[in-house]
Amino acid sequence: MHPAFSVVFFTTATGAGYGLLALLGVLGGLGLIPPDFWFGLIGMGLALGLIAAGLLSSTGHLGRPERAWRAFSQWRSSWLSREGVSSVLTFIPAGLFGIGWLFFGRTGVWVTLAGLLAAVGAIVTVCTTGMIYASLKPIAQWHSRFTLPGYLIFSAMTGSVLLNALLQVFAIGSTAIAAAALLVTMLGWGWKLATWRYNDALEIATTANTATGLTGGTVRSLEWPHTEENYLLKEMGFRIARKHGAKLRLITQILAFALPALLLLAAIFLPWPLAAIASVLAAFAQFAGMLVERWLFFAEAKHTVTLYYGR
Amino acid sequence: MTCLPAHTDKRLGLVIDLDTCVGCQACVTACKEWNTGGHMAPLTDIDPYGSNVDGVWFNRVHSYEHITEMGGRTVNFPRSCLHCETPACVTVCPTGASYKRASDGIVLIDEDKCIGCKLCSWACPYGAREFDTDVGVMKKCTLCVDRIYNDNLVEEDRVPACVAACPTSARHFGDLGDPASAVSQLVADRGGVDLMPEMGYHPTNKYLPPRAHTQRAASVAAPALEPVRAEGGFLGWVDRMLSN
Repeated sequence: MHPAFSVVFFTTATGAGYGLLALLGVLGGLGLIPPDFWFGLIGMGLALGLIAAGLLSSTGHLGRPERAWRAFSQWRSSWLSREGVSSVLTFIPAGLFGIGWLFFGRTGVWVTLAGLLAAVGAIVTVCTTGMIYASLKPIAQWHSRFTLPGYLIFSAMTGSVLLNALLQVFAIGSTAIAAAALLVTMLGWGWKLATWRYNDALEIATTANTATGLTGGTVRSLEWPHTEENYLLKEMGFRIARKHGAKLRLITQILAFALPALLLLAAIFLPWPLAAIASVLAAFAQFAGMLVERWLFFAEAKHTVTLYYGR
Repeated sequence: MTCLPAHTDKRLGLVIDLDTCVGCQACVTACKEWNTGGHMAPLTDIDPYGSNVDGVWFNRVHSYEHITEMGGRTVNFPRSCLHCETPACVTVCPTGASYKRASDGIVLIDEDKCIGCKLCSWACPYGAREFDTDVGVMKKCTLCVDRIYNDNLVEEDRVPACVAACPTSARHFGDLGDPASAVSQLVADRGGVDLMPEMGYHPTNKYLPPRAHTQRAASVAAPALEPVRAEGGFLGWVDRMLSN
C-alpha cells in the first residue's frame, strides 16, 4: 500500500494525542497528577493540538475535502465514519475537562466525569482507527488480530512517554509514570516484533489462481492492460525492497523502542534537569520512530489487486 | 445508506467466458467510449499523449499464461466490477456515496457525495474502483445503468457496452439471481466460478473457465511425400557430385 504522508502523520499524531488525552483525563480527573496551570494548559494543548493537526492532515488525503462533513453520516456501517463521529464527540468532554481542570479548581464531580468521558472517547476513537485497517480483508497484513491491539498499545505508549516528558519538564515527574512509560514502550516493542513475525510467516489463501479462477498449475502475468502505472498500482501496488524494509525495521526498533526505553530508564535514576532532558529526547525519538513504523505499516502491506499484475 | 440491502429483486451481472475471449480490447474501448459520456462521466485521461499516461477505466483486460500438467495456454482475462452480494466497498464508505441497489443489485457511486477518501478502493480485492484525480472522486463500472434501462435504444442494445461490443460473444449479461435465466444456465453448464471466493464478497459476475485441452489434431488426408530420387542428366550429375 502506498504510504501517503498525510495518513502516516494522521494516525501517528492522533494516536499520541488521544493517548495523552486519555491519560490526562484519567489522572487529572481523579486528581492523581499534581495541579499545575501551565502544565495543564500545555498538556491539554499538546494533546488536542496533535489530534487537530492529525485530523486536518487526514483531510489532505481527500479528493474533495470540502465535503468532509458528509463522513459523519454512515456510522452504522463504516469504521471511517465512526472514527469521524467519535473524534469530534471526544472534543466535547475534552474541552469541558480542560476548562474545569485548568480554570475551576480542578476537582469536583463534573470535571472528573468529563475527564473520564474524554478518556473513553479517546480510546474509542483509537479503536475505530485501528478497525478501519483491521476490517480490510484484501490486505492480509492489516486484517489480523495484531492490528487493533497494536493501535491501542502504540497510542498508550506514545501518550505515556509524552506525559512523562511534560511532567519532567515541569519538574513534577514521578518514578511511577516514567516506569509505566518504560513498561508500555517495552510492550510496544514486543507487540511490533510479534506482528512482524506473524506477517513474515503469513500464508495468504488468495493467489493468482483464485484471483483469476484458473485452477491448478501456475498463473503468470504475461501482459498488463496498460503500459504505465495506473491508479491501482500507484495506490496499492507500492513495493518496498526487502533490504530497505529490514533497515527501516531496525531504525523503527532503535528510535521508537530501544532509545526511548534507555532514556526513560536513565530518567528514573538521573536528577532533574537531566531527567527532563532524557524524557523529552525519548518523546521526540519515539515520535520519529513511530512515523517510520507507520510508514512501514503501509509499505509492507500487500493488497490482493497486485496479484492481477503478477506482483 | 451504505448498509447493504437484505435482498435484491434481481442480481444483474456479467458472465465472462475465458475460453472464447481473444483479448482484443474491444470491450475496453467500448466501455470507455460509452461511459465517458455516461452516468459516471467523464472517464478522465491524464496526459493521454505523454509519457505518463494515466486515466480512469472501468474494464481492463489482462493476459496470463496458465501452465498445468496438461500444457500451457494464454488466457485473456477481462477484469471489472463484479457487483458483489456483500461488497465491503459499500459498507466502508463514510458518506453514503457508495450504494447497492435493492432493485437489481448494481453497485453505484453518487459522485456528488463522494469525498475521495479512497477507502472503498482499498476494500475491493478486485481493483474494480479507480480514482479520478482530476474530479477528486472515485469511479467504477455502472453495469451501464444508462443503457440497460434506456427506452431510447432498440431492445437488443439494452445491454452493457462491453457485452454489445464483444466480437466473440465472450461476455453475457443477465439476471444471475434467476436460475432459469440464460446466464444462470450458462454458468451451470460450463461450471462458472467466483473470483477469490475465500474473500467472502460473493461476486455476482461469474467467469467460465477455459475448456479442457483436447488431444485432437487436424487430420490430413494427403499421403506422405516420396523421398526425392536422384535424377539423370546434368542436375543428376551435380546432385551426385555434391552428395559425395
